[in-house]
Amino acid sequence: MEVAVTKFSFTKATDANDAVLKASSLTNAAFIAGGTNLVDLMKENVARPGALVDINQLPLHTITETEEGGLMIGALVTNAATAYNPLVEKHYPLLSKAILAGASPQLRNMATAGGNLLQRTRCYYFYDTATACNKRNPGSGCPAINGFNRMHAILGASEACIAVHPSDMCIALAALNARIHVLGTGGTRTIGFNGFHRLPAETPEAENNLQPGELITAIELPAEDFSSHYQYIKVRDRSSYAFALVSVAVALQMDGNIIKEARLALGGVAHKPWRNPVVEEHLRNQQISAPLLQDAAEMMLAGARGYGHNNFKIELAKRVIIRAINEAAGIL
Amino acid sequence: MQTTFTGKPVNRVDGPVKVTGRAQYAAEFSTGQTLHGVIISSTVARGRITGIDESAAMQVKGVVTIFSHKNIPTLAWLNFSYWDLAAPPGKHFRYFQTDEIYFSQQPVAIVIAETFEIARHAAALVHITYETLPAETDVYASLHKARKPKGSRIGIKKPKSRGNFSKAFAASAVTVKAEYRHGAEHHNPMETMASTVIYQDGGKLVIYDKTQGVFNSQQYIRGIFNLKFKNIKVVSPYVGGAFGVALRPQYQLFAAVLAALQLKRSVKISLTRQQMFSLGHRPAIVQQLALGASADGLLQAISHTAIQETSRFEDYVQAVVNWSGMLYNCAHVQMDYKLVPLDINSPADMRAPGAASGVFALECAMDELAYQLSIDPLQLRLINYAEKDGVSGKAYSSKALKACYLQGADKFGWQQRNPLPRSVKKGNKLVGMGMATGIWDALSIPVRAKAVLNAQGKLTVTSATADIGTGTYTIMSQIAAETLGLPLDDVTFQLGDTDFPLAFVQGGSYTAASVGAAVQKVCLEIKQDVFKLAKRIKNSPFKQCSLNDVVFSDGYIQLAGNRSTSLSLASVMQQSKTDRLKNTATALPNALQQMRYALNTHSAVFVEVEVDEDFGTIKVTRVVSAVAAGRILNPKTARSQVMGGVVWGISMALQEESVTDHHYGRYINHSFAEYHIPVNADISNIEIIFVEEQDDIVNPLGVKGVGEIGVVGVAAAVVNAIYHATGKRIRQLPVTLDKLL
Repeated sequence: MEVAVTKFSFTKATDANDAVLKASSLTNAAFIAGGTNLVDLMKENVARPGALVDINQLPLHTITETEEGGLMIGALVTNAATAYNPLVEKHYPLLSKAILAGASPQLRNMATAGGNLLQRTRCYYFYDTATACNKRNPGSGCPAINGFNRMHAILGASEACIAVHPSDMCIALAALNARIHVLGTGGTRTIGFNGFHRLPAETPEAENNLQPGELITAIELPAEDFSSHYQYIKVRDRSSYAFALVSVAVALQMDGNIIKEARLALGGVAHKPWRNPVVEEHLRNQQISAPLLQDAAEMMLAGARGYGHNNFKIELAKRVIIRAINEAAGIL
Repeated sequence: MQTTFTGKPVNRVDGPVKVTGRAQYAAEFSTGQTLHGVIISSTVARGRITGIDESAAMQVKGVVTIFSHKNIPTLAWLNFSYWDLAAPPGKHFRYFQTDEIYFSQQPVAIVIAETFEIARHAAALVHITYETLPAETDVYASLHKARKPKGSRIGIKKPKSRGNFSKAFAASAVTVKAEYRHGAEHHNPMETMASTVIYQDGGKLVIYDKTQGVFNSQQYIRGIFNLKFKNIKVVSPYVGGAFGVALRPQYQLFAAVLAALQLKRSVKISLTRQQMFSLGHRPAIVQQLALGASADGLLQAISHTAIQETSRFEDYVQAVVNWSGMLYNCAHVQMDYKLVPLDINSPADMRAPGAASGVFALECAMDELAYQLSIDPLQLRLINYAEKDGVSGKAYSSKALKACYLQGADKFGWQQRNPLPRSVKKGNKLVGMGMATGIWDALSIPVRAKAVLNAQGKLTVTSATADIGTGTYTIMSQIAAETLGLPLDDVTFQLGDTDFPLAFVQGGSYTAASVGAAVQKVCLEIKQDVFKLAKRIKNSPFKQCSLNDVVFSDGYIQLAGNRSTSLSLASVMQQSKTDRLKNTATALPNALQQMRYALNTHSAVFVEVEVDEDFGTIKVTRVVSAVAAGRILNPKTARSQVMGGVVWGISMALQEESVTDHHYGRYINHSFAEYHIPVNADISNIEIIFVEEQDDIVNPLGVKGVGEIGVVGVAAAVVNAIYHATGKRIRQLPVTLDKLL
């Protein structure tokens, strides 16, 4: 049925609490900010919210320094405003680089920080209501597993879903140990980045650990300095306006040739930004070398599985990891 | 002819209305009371509709009705009534008239409502059930079912073999045998298909249609709905890209006319981007090439076989292999072209149909042969250069391909190329250079045009042709202005209206030549007419003169020997008390003259690529395309055309493919997010060289047309450059990075 937007109500929230209240009380409600993903999904009849709660007028549009020396990015700051914010550029250039590798200028001008965290997978089957999809229609099956799965997951997938998270920004946020501030009917809470998104397991329809009605209010970046040694490499089928086949975010603290601290996150390979603390530990306090990086790449891809069209991602991811670490370290 | 405008880079005359948004496209026309239609597409590829539950949709306020096979009136029953000018042989599809499903996304129902939003909402509420049958959609899995095409299609010659390929191939010192593949591609112009049908009192229809030929839409509707020509006016002033998708009348036209006639209301229907993937497409093709050559590089034997998908109901044919019999000197050529019917919609002409596919395979095989022979790929082409068309045995009316090779190579710096594959590296990047040849037809067709000169000396010329973004408005204005010696501002060219004189669909690169000839001819008639008036007026300085004694320039008739003796066209009209001069002319190709020659455009394409050694990502860093297409009327619009063609070729080589999920029998990447075409960042320097040809045979203007030639050969040149960069020979398009890892 390809052409469809079902009827929905539209209300503007007066403040954050009002937004949460409306989202909790209205049937099948969704927040709308930039709308760059939700509106597309509504046109495809994939998202069918009964109510849209407009949060654009909430005071969540600023980036401020925290007392600890980190940054607090309001949920409604656009991707473009985040990427070009002087504080972000100075202290978290990895985040700027990742954001600018995504989408197009037009989309980045509309898309918000909070919305970026919630964008849905680009799996072809998820988007086409003529096909089955456990994420869209739980229990209907996953045709991607035996179908066209070029863009799909090689890590952390399940029999129910092999979709990947499409964000670039989130890969950098994962590497930077960002924290997500949310507001619900029960008050505020903070979620560590790794605990925000979920692997598909048996419930691929649940993509994150937000409770119904909960609103992302801010993304906090901790006061850590990865501004000298970082890299974001995105490999894709065209130079712009394409989702990652594989992307790698690397943040290092170096002492000469010694890696003092390493963060490594992969995009385009799993249902969430993919990190492995064991690999980062393996790199810590080691002198950078080709065998070390090869080991790290192999370890990062341990347990990776291809589904046919995406087999190439396993080898590609290793190569991108090695180059990204080398470039972050300043060894080209 | 005076050269006031021809060959000048005149700006698009329709540029200002387009960039300011004043140009109206098919879906932008309206009356106050227009209904909106939304089409529902089949979710299965083969089977039968077992039920349509409209109850929920019909309860939505504002829904007028829902059409489907269950309730549409009986329409024409002859197959011929469903024929159109671009239809391939077969049983033409009858939309909404059967419960059977022949292809995924087949249109099955039309929801009509007072607003677009209501129609779209209601469409989501229509519940359709299907009995699903197994569908065959994979041409590669069905190659054993290939058969000869049935019937024939105007303009598509059957491949004609010559000599004894097997014997010559066996005796060849060096041989190449390879198979090349590419999948389906969809045209995807920026403007999706759309029709606005204005229902007027008495049942007259004014149809704003996105089309490459208003008369094609008119005759199609007339036949199916048994209407009178005079009651169907089709208008299409602007087309937001087409590339062939608007050659055939598409189903939104059928649906909008059906609804308008049934409801006696005006109706508008547009397709979604996803539905654009339900239309005809460049078909998936498997091609086998075998080349045999002597040790010194002379071609001894060529075999080219193509197996191509088509639908169950039409045999879509295009000239895929024919070019292999033309491009090179070779005595023994075997060509074969077969079809595999599948559960898909009929393929359709898409920019350089046939040649884009066939020349890709031939020119890759030639590159492979060059390496086998250790002969420079360009040199191999020159060694086998054909002065005559090997199929017909006729000489070319003009063929500056050799100059294209040499000028292109010079501009590109081909001589600096290290012949060894994988020999040039820049950091992580492997650098390669490749080249290929392009060829297309230089066709012309009969066209009529009308010209009216008014009392102010302003000229209006009309013909029912189209401008699909190619520059028709501009070059026709140039031709008319030049012929009558008028400033461009005093000339208006109008097109895309069935009230205008007959012109067939715009396609095949024949518009510039064919419509141009008609415009020139009718303007020459006006020239004579106005000169006759000039001679007759009181105290005319031209009383004793013939047309040869005067010059038409800057809006004046001037004595050739003494330009200050002159009369403006406006004063001629006014002094002779003539309100308007009008004339109509038909330009017919000079068939007797043309049949003695082969008429073609040619090109030589040179491409440089950089391939990331580790990631396999490919960037086309430079392209030089040298094109021989007769005389170039407007180097600016012609250059844009060829540049667009080159981008298409890069796209075909590296990005484009409509991927089918064979379980669902459905194109699965049917959106611009996942069906990739290049973005600006993918495209670097493209240089276009026009090698002009003096050609009095193709047509009086010496014009061959440039709509298709730009794309032909580009994909091969890219693939050949990738081989030179990496040492890897990829024979399946698109060459995505995974193929190089």
